[in-house]
Amino acid sequence: MKRLLTLLILMTWLPATGLAIDAELAFQDPALQARYEEINAGLRCLVCQNQTIADSSASLAIDLRSQVKEMITAGKTNREILDYMVERYGNFVRFKPPVNNETVFLWAAPAVMVLGGLLIAVSIVRRRSTLPVDDDEQAPKGDA
Amino acid sequence: MWRSLIPIVAFAVLAYFLNGGLYKDPRVIPSPLIGKPAPEFNLPVLGDRARQVAMADYRGQVVMVNVWGSWCSGCRAEHQTLLAIASTGEVPIIGLNWKDEDPAAEKWLTDLGNPYQVNLVDVEGRTAINFGVYGAPETFLIDKKGVIIHKFTGPIYWQAWTEELLPLVKKAKEAT
Repeated sequence: MKRLLTLLILMTWLPATGLAIDAELAFQDPALQARYEEINAGLRCLVCQNQTIADSSASLAIDLRSQVKEMITAGKTNREILDYMVERYGNFVRFKPPVNNETVFLWAAPAVMVLGGLLIAVSIVRRRSTLPVDDDEQAPKGDA
Repeated sequence: MWRSLIPIVAFAVLAYFLNGGLYKDPRVIPSPLIGKPAPEFNLPVLGDRARQVAMADYRGQVVMVNVWGSWCSGCRAEHQTLLAIASTGEVPIIGLNWKDEDPAAEKWLTDLGNPYQVNLVDVEGRTAINFGVYGAPETFLIDKKGVIIHKFTGPIYWQAWTEELLPLVKKAKEAT
């Protein structure tokens, strides 16, 4: 049982460790490789919209990865590389969109929904607590 | 009383957003490059690789840059329209042959006809990245100052030319 559990945990965890899609590591230096993977994981593959370029083998994703690799080699910062992509492809290329006028709804939605749910829940509980005691509880009285 | 309005209002808000989504093509991504100078390039010419053409060579002219490849089925779909556009003589079409092989591209032009004034070869896709290209066919209108004034994503059809692109071309040609 324990073994099965371990296996299951490994099966769900291993794919998430982000084995790079490239056949070889892009960089020998683990720090650079980590940056390369981090940047790739934040860029949308525009042909296969719900994947990042780190996950996709589409030819555009391959081109964009080599662009990222080149820019890291050239000493560009993560910020500069991201800006380069946004300049060309727009904010859509970012897997995590920035908060601005266009996306404020998107970012606020979870909080609004949780608050709304809480308000509804509280109002229901309040109302219930002021209702007269219901029939079941009155029944014993009737018997007596 | 106002309580009963909540579901109706919630539904209206949801319907508003869903309705907006109905008419959007998720594959069309607005280009941030509209209104910005077209990226500079210096690329070899298809069929005459020794010759190079630069974006700067087209200053003072309105041009249409069409990104295509012989591997791209959408490009085949728009090819007849491109030929028809070329025959109107309204705007020179510059082909950006993207991630293609020269022999395949040349065969394509021989077999299907050549609407392009010139075809530039972008094997590595570097220029295409600078143009923010994510799938062929894509078409850019560039004004006399070298500014991108419009991007059309997907195969051009005749109505898109007459109603969307041609008016912009005419306006850009009038501007100095």
